Amino acid sequence: MLAVDIGLRRGGFALEAAFTAGRGITVLAGHSGSGKSTIAGAVAGLVRPDSGRIAVDGRTLFDSAAGTDLPAAARRMGYVLQDSLLFPHLSVRGNLTYSRRRGPLTLDRVAAILGIGALLDRRPASLSGGERQRVAIGRALLSGPSMLIMDEPLASLDTPRRTELLPFIETLRDELALPILYITHQWSEIIRLADTVVLMDGGRVAAAGPLQTVLTDPDNAGLVPDGSVLEAVPTPDIVDGLCRFETPAGPLFLPRRELGRQRMLRLFVDAHDVAVALTPPEGVSVQNVLPCTISGLAVLDESHMELRLALAGNQVIRARITRHAGEILGLRPGMAVHALVKSVSFDRRMQWRGID
Amino acid sequence: MPLLTPFETEALLLSLKVATAAVVCSLPFAVAAAWVLARKEFPGKSAFNALVHLPLVVPPVVIGYLLLVTLGRRGIVGAWLDETFGIVVAFTWVAAAIASGVMAFPLTVRAIRLSIEAVDTRLEGVARTLGASPLRVLATVTLPLTLPGIVAGVALGFARCLGEFGATITFASNIPGATRTLPLALYTSLNIPGGEASAVRLVILSLVLAFVSLGVSELMARRVSRLVGGC
Repeated sequence: MLAVDIGLRRGGFALEAAFTAGRGITVLAGHSGSGKSTIAGAVAGLVRPDSGRIAVDGRTLFDSAAGTDLPAAARRMGYVLQDSLLFPHLSVRGNLTYSRRRGPLTLDRVAAILGIGALLDRRPASLSGGERQRVAIGRALLSGPSMLIMDEPLASLDTPRRTELLPFIETLRDELALPILYITHQWSEIIRLADTVVLMDGGRVAAAGPLQTVLTDPDNAGLVPDGSVLEAVPTPDIVDGLCRFETPAGPLFLPRRELGRQRMLRLFVDAHDVAVALTPPEGVSVQNVLPCTISGLAVLDESHMELRLALAGNQVIRARITRHAGEILGLRPGMAVHALVKSVSFDRRMQWRGID
Repeated sequence: MPLLTPFETEALLLSLKVATAAVVCSLPFAVAAAWVLARKEFPGKSAFNALVHLPLVVPPVVIGYLLLVTLGRRGIVGAWLDETFGIVVAFTWVAAAIASGVMAFPLTVRAIRLSIEAVDTRLEGVARTLGASPLRVLATVTLPLTLPGIVAGVALGFARCLGEFGATITFASNIPGATRTLPLALYTSLNIPGGEASAVRLVILSLVLAFVSLGVSELMARRVSRLVGGC
């Protein structure tokens, strides 16, 4: 587990951040200039904080009070940046085998996982952006890291390349059980990858926790997109082109397009696409009706309000409605209602469109 | 009839020897100075920078004189060298090499410094995260990527050495076979009545030499940049 509690001041910028990152993918999110990359650099050992402490699995990397500052070479942190930063004068093989440290992985295994076996004798200049980034990931893996730091690894790639690289990152998490500190400002990546989100704002941690909690916490309004996520497992059950998905909140019927081979999907449910009904509606086109309880209610402005709806399985989704509708229905916290979600709205969201 | 007279051959070979020795011996110092100027911040850096660039801005005769009072037989360092090791450099080809090496130093440093500054420091950072020691980063990342600048610096320094006159004649004097390089030979010819014909031949020889060394450095630069950034 990574534990960070650091302070740093550079000119007019002040960073004061404390968080922990456990198994899986911890996403450091936030606008540019919020201090995400500085934290990544501090963990990697390339940026020296003014004060505080950084530790991984109980091993102290930095401690200003004790005067500890482990050099980057001794930290065992795999560091992958937006520009893959391959050594241009070395072949792909030379890049991959640059580290003299030996981890549990062999060159063959890494090449197989990342699909770069055919590139070994090429020069970095002749690779595509996606290939270069895969080689950069492989180079970090072969240095036997205890953790992988990925600073906007997809930011300089076009959408098809991003889509191509995402499964590789999930493979690192699932098959190699490697903890990953992932930095991005793209909500599409956060929604797909994050186990834990640490939301940075102006050099401070604005929110931290599981993705769903961060998205549905009213305190984070304005920092997160207006919506929530549901984790859905596709089933082989297909009727009239709609596939039955199992979610903790109950089954959903969604178009199966563009799903790929994924075992589990995170569905982003836009708050604007959710309506509520007091009774199970009849004679409407909406196919997904989920019984739920109003757990929170907030007035946004003179005409809009937002509901937090508690579903089965401890799931929460957000619904944005007009205050007028809220008055007519007499909505109060604790009321049992039905959430209505149009299947076509999921269809749009399934393409993991960037939201910011 | 041979292409060159013994007088010309002697001056040409001496010039090549002096320039080669000057460039080869000063190169490690030039790389070190360039690296320090490109990558390190320390109090007195601008003074150090000025010191390195001094030969570029003061008259060569001044440099020659300064060398004479330090490394000459009665000079501060020269006297000690003579007493302790019996080494006398003044008025030998070594003196000519030192004089031209000092004069060429800032040019070599500038070329290498620019090249080091062009190396993305994040590449060095990544190398460190992969477990490389600072020395290994320097040897396997910084220096290989600086190679085009080193080649350019060496070419520039070599050309500067071939043309060195003022500091050499002051510190090493104009001794045939020992310190009379091509420019000094040319100067000698111009001072001999009826030496114009000989001077013209030396001018042509200098021009040919300059073009050949430029061509060679261009070829090397191309090979090196293919090696460094190549596909």
